[in-house]
Amino acid sequence: MEDADVVFLWGSNARHAHPIWFHHLLKGVHRGTRLYVMDPRRTASAAWADVWMGLHSGSDVALSNTLAREIIHAGLAHRTFIEHATTGFEAYAAAVEPYTLAEGERLTGVPAAVIREAAHTFATADKAMIAWTLGITEHHNSVDNVLALINLALLTGHVGRWACGCNPLRGQNNVQGGGDMGALPNRLPGFQDILNDDTRARFERHYGVPIQPKHGRNLTEMLEAMADGEMSALLCAGENPVQSDADGHRVADALGRLDHLVVQEIFLTATAKLAHVVLPATASWCEADGTVTNSERRVQRIRKAKEPPAGARDELWIFNELASRLGVDIGAPNAEQVWNEFRVVAPHLAGGMSYERLATHGGLQWPCPDESHPGEAFLHGRLWETPLRGPRVPFSVVQPSMPYEVPDADFPFLLTTGRRLESYNTGVQTGAYQSPLHTEETIDLSPEDAARLEVRDGDVMRVSSRRGAVLVPARVDHGLRAGLVFMTFHSPDVVNTNLLTHDAHDHRSGTAAFKSAAVRVERVNGSRKESL
Amino acid sequence: MDIRLPDADPTDAEREAVDAVLGAPTSRWHGGARDQWQHDTHVGHGGRAMRQRRTELVPALQALQSRHGWISPGGLRYVCERLHVPPAEAWGVATFYALLATAPRPRRVVHVCDDIGCRNRGARDVIAAATAVAGAHLGHAHATAAEGDAPGHPAGDAAGSATQAPGWMPSPCLGLCDQAPAVLVTDAGAVPEERQLGGVTDDVIRALLTGAAPGADALADTRVPQQGDASLVLLRRVGVVDPTSLAAYRDAGGYRALARALDLGAEAVIAEVTASGLVGRGGAAFPTGRKWDAVRRQEATPHYVVCNADESEPGTFKDRVLIAGDPFAVVEAMTIAGFATGSTKGFVYLRAEYPLAHQRLHGAVEAARAAGLLGDDVMGRGVRFDIEIRRGAGAYICGEETALFESIEGKRGEPRTKPPFPVQVGLFGKPTVVNNVETLANVLPIVLEGGAAYAAKGTPQSTGTRLFCLSGAVARPGVYEAPCGTSLRALLQQAGVSPRLSAVLLGGAAGGFIRADETDLPLTLEHARAADATLGSGVIMAFDDPDDLREAVLRIAAFFRDESCGQCVPCRVGTVRQEEALHRLATGAPLGGVTAELALLDDIGRAMRDASICGLGQSAAAAVDSAVRRLGLFATTAQ
Amino acid sequence: MTATLIPITRPARTSRPPVALTIDGRTVTAEAGVTLLAACRAAGLEIPTLCFLETLTPANVCRLCVVEVEGARVLVPSCSREVEAGMVVHTNSPRVRHARRLVLEFLASSVDLSTTPGMAELLVEYGCHPERFGASAEPQSTAERAAVGVGHHEPPDTAHAATVAQPVLRDNELFVRDYAKCVLCYRCVQACGVDHQNSFAIALAGRGFAARISTELSVGLPDSACVYCGNCVAVCPTGALMAVPEFDLRAAGAWRPEEQAVTDTICPYCGVGCTVSLHVQDNVIVKATSPFAHGITQGNLCIKGRFGWQHVQPEAATASTAPARAAE
Repeated sequence: MEDADVVFLWGSNARHAHPIWFHHLLKGVHRGTRLYVMDPRRTASAAWADVWMGLHSGSDVALSNTLAREIIHAGLAHRTFIEHATTGFEAYAAAVEPYTLAEGERLTGVPAAVIREAAHTFATADKAMIAWTLGITEHHNSVDNVLALINLALLTGHVGRWACGCNPLRGQNNVQGGGDMGALPNRLPGFQDILNDDTRARFERHYGVPIQPKHGRNLTEMLEAMADGEMSALLCAGENPVQSDADGHRVADALGRLDHLVVQEIFLTATAKLAHVVLPATASWCEADGTVTNSERRVQRIRKAKEPPAGARDELWIFNELASRLGVDIGAPNAEQVWNEFRVVAPHLAGGMSYERLATHGGLQWPCPDESHPGEAFLHGRLWETPLRGPRVPFSVVQPSMPYEVPDADFPFLLTTGRRLESYNTGVQTGAYQSPLHTEETIDLSPEDAARLEVRDGDVMRVSSRRGAVLVPARVDHGLRAGLVFMTFHSPDVVNTNLLTHDAHDHRSGTAAFKSAAVRVERVNGSRKESL
Repeated sequence: MDIRLPDADPTDAEREAVDAVLGAPTSRWHGGARDQWQHDTHVGHGGRAMRQRRTELVPALQALQSRHGWISPGGLRYVCERLHVPPAEAWGVATFYALLATAPRPRRVVHVCDDIGCRNRGARDVIAAATAVAGAHLGHAHATAAEGDAPGHPAGDAAGSATQAPGWMPSPCLGLCDQAPAVLVTDAGAVPEERQLGGVTDDVIRALLTGAAPGADALADTRVPQQGDASLVLLRRVGVVDPTSLAAYRDAGGYRALARALDLGAEAVIAEVTASGLVGRGGAAFPTGRKWDAVRRQEATPHYVVCNADESEPGTFKDRVLIAGDPFAVVEAMTIAGFATGSTKGFVYLRAEYPLAHQRLHGAVEAARAAGLLGDDVMGRGVRFDIEIRRGAGAYICGEETALFESIEGKRGEPRTKPPFPVQVGLFGKPTVVNNVETLANVLPIVLEGGAAYAAKGTPQSTGTRLFCLSGAVARPGVYEAPCGTSLRALLQQAGVSPRLSAVLLGGAAGGFIRADETDLPLTLEHARAADATLGSGVIMAFDDPDDLREAVLRIAAFFRDESCGQCVPCRVGTVRQEEALHRLATGAPLGGVTAELALLDDIGRAMRDASICGLGQSAAAAVDSAVRRLGLFATTAQ
Repeated sequence: MTATLIPITRPARTSRPPVALTIDGRTVTAEAGVTLLAACRAAGLEIPTLCFLETLTPANVCRLCVVEVEGARVLVPSCSREVEAGMVVHTNSPRVRHARRLVLEFLASSVDLSTTPGMAELLVEYGCHPERFGASAEPQSTAERAAVGVGHHEPPDTAHAATVAQPVLRDNELFVRDYAKCVLCYRCVQACGVDHQNSFAIALAGRGFAARISTELSVGLPDSACVYCGNCVAVCPTGALMAVPEFDLRAAGAWRPEEQAVTDTICPYCGVGCTVSLHVQDNVIVKATSPFAHGITQGNLCIKGRFGWQHVQPEAATASTAPARAAE
């Protein structure tokens, strides 16, 4: 990334959410990378941008399509690459045709000239990269958003090459690794298709048990199933959905309908408090051995640095014991043995990643099929090979879709959520250390709205949506514009932000639209303590 | 950048002063009012384009300084907001320069020179009078809030300083050694004023400190002792030709050299300069032709020409005389340098203490630009070159070429490690030729007469004429021009040296003392080197009183301690340890005996010379060392 | 627009031609572009350094690493000077040893070096007697030091050697700043600035002996741009910047590095995958660092990785807000 000439950082405040990644981005920026940040808020990341494009929340597809049309009309599309390695260009070009610069400005709020300049710079760059985070994926049309960005990379040939490509920044240390290992409703370990008979047969032979040829449920679908009574028992390991998921009232209600809820946790979280059984676990990152996979597909080892508190059990031990008590003897493999099992069932991904090599190399990037393989710095290089190896990649026709909930007279503000630098998700871990940056949860609003509502920093506001209401002090943020407000969900015990968000989600990804909820913001008289 | 700004607001006057330098804000994200920039709700430009404005930091801080007499937290905030400079960095810059204040100061400050040139020629009386009128000096009120205190306006409000009574503070050499005792008067305000005054009497300092108008600048009528001497080359127009008139300059032969240079072509110009044997007159004596040639050959672009006019070496004032007396010559010579080296932009870095020189040079640049002698089509010949004047802010170190670059770039004046040299990696990281004012002045006769004719003057190894700054125990102090090789004694006699001459400081504070019996020294680089001396910046300061001499050595030690940028250990601590040891010797309290102290001084001096980053540290012990070795000062614990 | 298919792969590391030079009488071959320090270390010669750190732009300020290059007027800093063919270098000549000795004496007479690793040995090795500059002056308050007007002068106190002694600054819960131990190596400023963190919360302020590391207007860190990544603490060579647990354990005489196990694991807080080295004493994490050699972090962490591990040891936490572990 440090070598990229242009970076589109889209829907990401990486300066706060991925601080060390941002170091690398800034090394490039100081060297000469031209940085564009697309975000409704002028965030700390946007403050570093050569150009901040403050699009309307949810207008990502419109912006992407406008950029694409401009690139095509300016003759800047990479025709050779498109003909060589893609399909569906003509339909795509036709679909983006209505997105003139003027229309793009109307839909996104970003001035036409700015969109035009970005399009030309991106298309003519030698090496350009698109990186995004939850500003792209926490929408009801998240998959379309991602496809729209992939289209831009395909259109310009900025994929499959060094310092180019599409780079989703992972929010947790092993969200990628969880997927690697098959903790997905539709994939076996190594992203192997559970509906593929040959694949399933291979796994069945390996494990000696039949595997059902159907997709499981994602989190959103599970919650629906609980609510409908189709799902009656749940093992919830290391997740706090009552506070981290959208529409917290709904989640608590669904969990409450379960016959049996087991929560495997390091703390007695809000979710654990609802459990019938709590299994005290270790903090895996420092009290157990294993591996995690980061955003750049680098598998790295985690190691036990200290003894867990008395009574807490290694999660592997818990799983082994659960299996045993359910009548299946899977032995007592340690972390390395489990990893080696993965290398056997997913050799194309991790065959070459022995524990020893992982330690020596400071982690390896998959695919790493054998022990002489150095790991891959980037994917999809095959698209540049002649003759083309493997299938062509498709352009996807995507059209903007209005946010599920748009501000109206009753709920005139658009609430978007995110992280702050010093905190992490529901604050279970980060709430424990004293930090001068910890501030009480606030609702951030623009100076214009603050003036109109006659509020100053610290004044208590009642923020309500169609699902719930919270009381929270105000903070004026000059990076916001009128009508746009911002909150985090780091302090759910004080301000349960996710009571406000809604569970509208993209059925293809199961991701809820945390980034846009319509809310009402009113000043409450009296001090904060009295009101809460 | 995601910077956090101090919690303080600028006054309207501060905004106006800064906007006058930076232009009005063009976005709500760069200090503009939100309601004025509605379209900015969806776009913000910054990044590289903003970071490149860092070079405007010092001029912006200077605008604040001259508006209210200090840089208030609100003013600092506004500058940081306008230029996207992190406040800690801007603070670091503001606290680096002696003429920028970060605590309230009176509207009028009188900077009284107490350096070697003035110290023994009336400065003590001026300081006594100043103290009687205005009390103790302001020197200790530089910083504001103590660590941990909340930011804010430490004393009174931002604008309130205008009501305070004038104050004074001691100053290092003001470059008016020929008119000692000297002061610099700075009046902050909507129309700030600065004046240098020489020959300051008791009445004058009392009047200044009670608010009287300062009167004309000491240099308004620039004269040199040799005025009218037909043999003068560099000084021939000074005091004779109106320095404010381009027409007068052209009538006196001005711009013939540039015309000839354009006819000759760049390479031929460099050949002439090389053939002339001209070497830098700022002290380092590097061949000018080689420097120009090296920059011309660099592939990286753009190239820059920098005229080093940060003359701050105690005892030196020739640049001031040249610029104030013949400013068009500097402009013309820089234009030739730009043409020869393939540069389109030149900077003059002029020391802050020279308001009249600034005014004259500014006028000359404007006039030249208006006449098509600067700009996109110089002399209608398709050559592009323009000049920007930057003023120093009170830091001797910025005379060091790489520290000077840092200062122009908007940073603290901390020298860089060389190599790489400026001809490769200079201003803004680009190939840069740095020439002293006097060096540039020599270019005009070289281009007009040819390098060979120029080289015929002086000695084979030290060609041409040179300027010398005579001061101290002489009847006719001033800038003298003499062919290289002229004896020191002859110059001293021309200036009417005291019959009781005991020593001469040659080359400035970074030079060294020589004894009265060594004055038959021919003033060439080679003779000076052979005599273990240096011509430095051409300082010839005569002493005829042993007490004065001892005082001068202590003042020089103090000077280096004050002017060390603080970057490298040998200089930062060495200059302190050197001064401490000298004071112990001077007060008769040597630690472990005189011999041990002298050995300690020698140890300190060698380490500073060998291990310091730049010329300041490397020469910070030179004068002290010569005083001990050559003059035998401090060998006994006198007094 | 591009007419042909040109894949862009990872740029090959171009090795530069080797150059031969003479170091302490031995002929040494080094790749062009490497520093004298690197060439010396490759040749097995130990050069003392203080301000130098591989992950930072050389500041060239401590001048401890100077060596003698024949033909050069002054000594050269080996940490930043590149090798040149035919250079004749002396790393331990009398001139070099003299300069290093004085640098060490200048520092030892003005700065508290008691927590600088390896310093005591260096002072012995170079025969240093910092006391020959006189007795140390009384500590000044931080405000007094900051109030020294640039370019304005008070005559020295002939009875004492000036020092940077001043009180410890403890203005936040995470790390302390003891500038009496500051050698002005610039490392913290570089780590906070362009080299890594780009927060620019601190910079050099003032000038000469009064130069100091400072926030804007000398405000405390909570009022500054500091984001408490602690990357300054990680690079501080003297212990002037120190995380609170280490500072407090040292004060209590309970800091026992020889008993600490250091284990590398991966930070739990985002998907970047930063290696965190946990320093554990008596089953309590007492410090978190990151390896300078790891390409992801280059020794850096953010506030969460550097300080956000109290949740696994609520019993040891100073924060009363730490929730009890589920196991309890």
